[in-house]
Amino acid sequence: MLTSLLKTASAAAIATLTTVGVAQAVDLEFYFPVAVGGAAADTIEALTAEYVAANPGVNIEAIYAGSYTDAGTKALTAARGGKPPQLSVLLSTQMFTLIDEDVIVPFDDYVADADKDAWIGGFYPSFMENSQTGGKTYGIPFQRSTPVLYWNKEAFAEAGLNPDVAPATWDDMVEFGKKLTKKDDAGNVTQWGVRIPSAGFPYWMFQGLSTPAGAILANSDGNEVNFNDPKVVEALEYLVALSAEHGVMQPGAIEWGPTPKAFFEGETAMMWTTTGNLTNVRANAPFDFGVAMLPAKERRGAPTGGGNFYLFKDSTEEQKQAAVDFVKWITEPEQAAVWTIATGYVAPRPDAWETDAMKAYTADFPPALVARDQLEFAVAELSTYENGRVTQALNDGLSAAIAGEKSAQEALDEAQAAAERILRPYK
Amino acid sequence: MTNSARLQWVYAWLLLSPALVLLVTFTHYPAIKSIIASFYSTARGKRQSVYIGLDNYHTLVADPVFWKVLSNNFWYAVWTIPLSIALSLIMALWVNEKLRGLAFLRMAYFTPTVLPLIAVANIWLFFYTPGFGLIDQIRGLFDLPEQNWMGSPNTALYTMIAVAIWKEAGFFMIFYLAALQTIPPSLRDAAAIEGASKVYFFRRVVFPLLMPTTLFVSINAVINSFRLVDHIFVMTEGGPNNASSLLLFYIYETAFKYWDTAYAATLTTVLLMILTVLAIGQFFFLDKRVHYK
Amino acid sequence: MNGATQSRPIFQLDRALNTFGAWVLAVLWLLPLAYAVWTAFHPGEYETRFDLFAPLTLDNFADAWSQAPFARYFLNTVMLVTGIVAAQFFLCTLAAYAFARFTFPGKGILFSLVLVQLLVMPDILIVENYQTMRKLGLIDTIMAIGLPYVASGFGIFLLRQTFMTVPKELDEAARVEGCSFLGVLWRVYIPLAKPTYLAYGLVSVSAHWNNYVWPLIITNSVETRPLTVGLSIFAVTDSGIQWSIINAATLMTSGPLLIAFLLFQRQFVQSFMRAGIK
Repeated sequence: MLTSLLKTASAAAIATLTTVGVAQAVDLEFYFPVAVGGAAADTIEALTAEYVAANPGVNIEAIYAGSYTDAGTKALTAARGGKPPQLSVLLSTQMFTLIDEDVIVPFDDYVADADKDAWIGGFYPSFMENSQTGGKTYGIPFQRSTPVLYWNKEAFAEAGLNPDVAPATWDDMVEFGKKLTKKDDAGNVTQWGVRIPSAGFPYWMFQGLSTPAGAILANSDGNEVNFNDPKVVEALEYLVALSAEHGVMQPGAIEWGPTPKAFFEGETAMMWTTTGNLTNVRANAPFDFGVAMLPAKERRGAPTGGGNFYLFKDSTEEQKQAAVDFVKWITEPEQAAVWTIATGYVAPRPDAWETDAMKAYTADFPPALVARDQLEFAVAELSTYENGRVTQALNDGLSAAIAGEKSAQEALDEAQAAAERILRPYK
Repeated sequence: MTNSARLQWVYAWLLLSPALVLLVTFTHYPAIKSIIASFYSTARGKRQSVYIGLDNYHTLVADPVFWKVLSNNFWYAVWTIPLSIALSLIMALWVNEKLRGLAFLRMAYFTPTVLPLIAVANIWLFFYTPGFGLIDQIRGLFDLPEQNWMGSPNTALYTMIAVAIWKEAGFFMIFYLAALQTIPPSLRDAAAIEGASKVYFFRRVVFPLLMPTTLFVSINAVINSFRLVDHIFVMTEGGPNNASSLLLFYIYETAFKYWDTAYAATLTTVLLMILTVLAIGQFFFLDKRVHYK
Repeated sequence: MNGATQSRPIFQLDRALNTFGAWVLAVLWLLPLAYAVWTAFHPGEYETRFDLFAPLTLDNFADAWSQAPFARYFLNTVMLVTGIVAAQFFLCTLAAYAFARFTFPGKGILFSLVLVQLLVMPDILIVENYQTMRKLGLIDTIMAIGLPYVASGFGIFLLRQTFMTVPKELDEAARVEGCSFLGVLWRVYIPLAKPTYLAYGLVSVSAHWNNYVWPLIITNSVETRPLTVGLSIFAVTDSGIQWSIINAATLMTSGPLLIAFLLFQRQFVQSFMRAGIK
């Protein structure tokens, strides 16, 4: 199936070539990270090879740069050393850092006005929130994801719940959770209602609560945060109460790594995790499972996540133009479909979902559609200047509240104060 | 001055220079450079690095994470150093006793030295995982409730300490074992004839003879208490709320996640100061107890 | 011997207790390896279930092997470790010889500069060493991983101690026979220091085979990444930890070293004894 898709893709490439016309004699270097195992790296390399084969004037070297962190470090180091790649896929949240380091340029200048609406305007707006600032487009969505709720249908049936209905609201989730939490004779829990991982980088999952509560954590200029907004406090109080008050979630920080395993083992009946896990859960869950949007409070909502294409500053005009042309090609519906089907990432454009390949894929595996439908309600992943530090301030606050060391209000007030201190030079 | 003396100088310098050049480049120069860099701001984009006096140190004093990390590192050292040394000595004594299954015992104790910590950390993560993790499965047999060892600020650091001790003890054992085997068996026979108890023999004869080894091993243990942070990358990433973060891990985060190299240099300077104090202390101690020179 | 006969029952109880304690500790110490072996040879669903009749499989090894370039990582680590140890032996021998047998001005100061590195190790100077490597254009090379460790204070110190125990008479005899400075080093000192080299080599190999933080920072590509970094990248994915595959990868890559060390353990201990590291 992949080969036939690639053939379609290369046909599309040739079509692009004939419309673009001129073949530039340029060399490009392109770094990409991979956060999911398996076919991702191969797929990018195959797509790049297709493009190069169809465009003799361009030579693109796709370099697998490890995890997101590795790729970020590598790209930034190379840029500081004066030898950046022309193009790189990096975390969407690194946009402000890359701007601050003065190593990237916006895409706008290399896209014909006529194409702007059709191409840049063609992505899901929720993905573009992490890609644009100050009226310029610095990132093009590529390997993007969003967290969703997975539930164990067998456990639901056993608890007397309708196995085909996921909790739609926060109250539902508590109520379902209570029914799903099982204890043995000694009073020890053998199955939790829900698992929301909170170790390492709790802020991302937490955005799946703060967004429905009606809060937006940072402004689009990346220099202001609202960590102690009453709605954020409410969201954190709810998260803490899941363990402390309702007893439907394991107390303490919950690790990311073992989360899918906990779900497979029946240790938890529901889990929140990224859409990037769809393929894994599909292959390994020993029971029927469902995938749903995160439950709503004031509204539905979730963060987006994942990586964008960035265009590096230190390169010739020709290289930049060639790089943008390549990005344009690889995000076209046919190629985006190949990429999504191979990796499980969310195709970033509505028109990609209209391709025959995607239609066939979603008909066979409808849960893939949940992520797309959630995009309507999704917002930007928390991203600011000094992103690592600011995010860490929130992470620390969230962890302190989850551990019961501080109240939600207190923890978030401190996080807000810390973040404001860090962001002061950027006002 | 004689010709041959001068020739000696030339030879000595020729022999020393390659090692010295590298030593200075990668130890002394960066150490001094860290101290200098701690008085400058971090360069970002178009903003150059500028001299800012003690600003980084003011930030440091006001940084709750720094104090947290420092106290974590203190407890990490306080637990791992004596426990890993004591355990390694016990292991060596056992292995030296030629107990049943000697080969198996020696292999078991030594294995952690060879397995990369970064990989084994995943296994420890499974052991500590609440619910279906190994420790909780065993606790479950006794109807004990599950415990979130790594996810609670009260226990997270201790999970790291246990892993570090596991990693180190077998390595130190080798040194003790080598030392024990140089103690002449006649000493023990003599003590047995005199009717000295085993404990007495150990306390009065064996332990003092092992003193140089203990010093050597303790230097290593001290270094490791600042250096051994690999498992934190996999297991807790310093969390929850920095409860299990250590100085070197914080330096790494500051330099390569927050890209604040000047502040990272300031933290490095603090670490250098701690090590210098320890070094001075140990040299005095070494000089008194062992005649290395 | 006579005293022992009298207290035989107590002696035996004592020995039994010790044996018991030793075994308990040994089993505890082996648990991670045992778990690695268990998961590596069983299908994923037995990662958390210990069923004697679980089916055996080699699929995890095949999966791990196909999902990441472990052969390349292994090769990188082997090149790195042999390179470091060879360079350490060479440089530290020369420096130790100078400190042990030559008199020259500044000797005391230089030796204390060497001793500084016993505590201030390159591991903690990652920030500045990274800048240096960038200036040298060595980022993402195997050489950059090893270079900071090559002039090892520990190695110089250890070899100097050993060289100082070599009787002066041997040295002089060799010289009378017409050996040069280096000839004496080669014919007299190095052969006598063999156990020290072996012991130091063991320490160095295990340290650099397992080193993680510095290689993580300085490498970015498959061609340079050592096993530790390769394993960590492999383990961290969005889809959670798959112990069976990770552990298969760990066993596969640590296996050779593990076996080598187990086979030569006795020799190592003996070399430590003779090297006087005690």
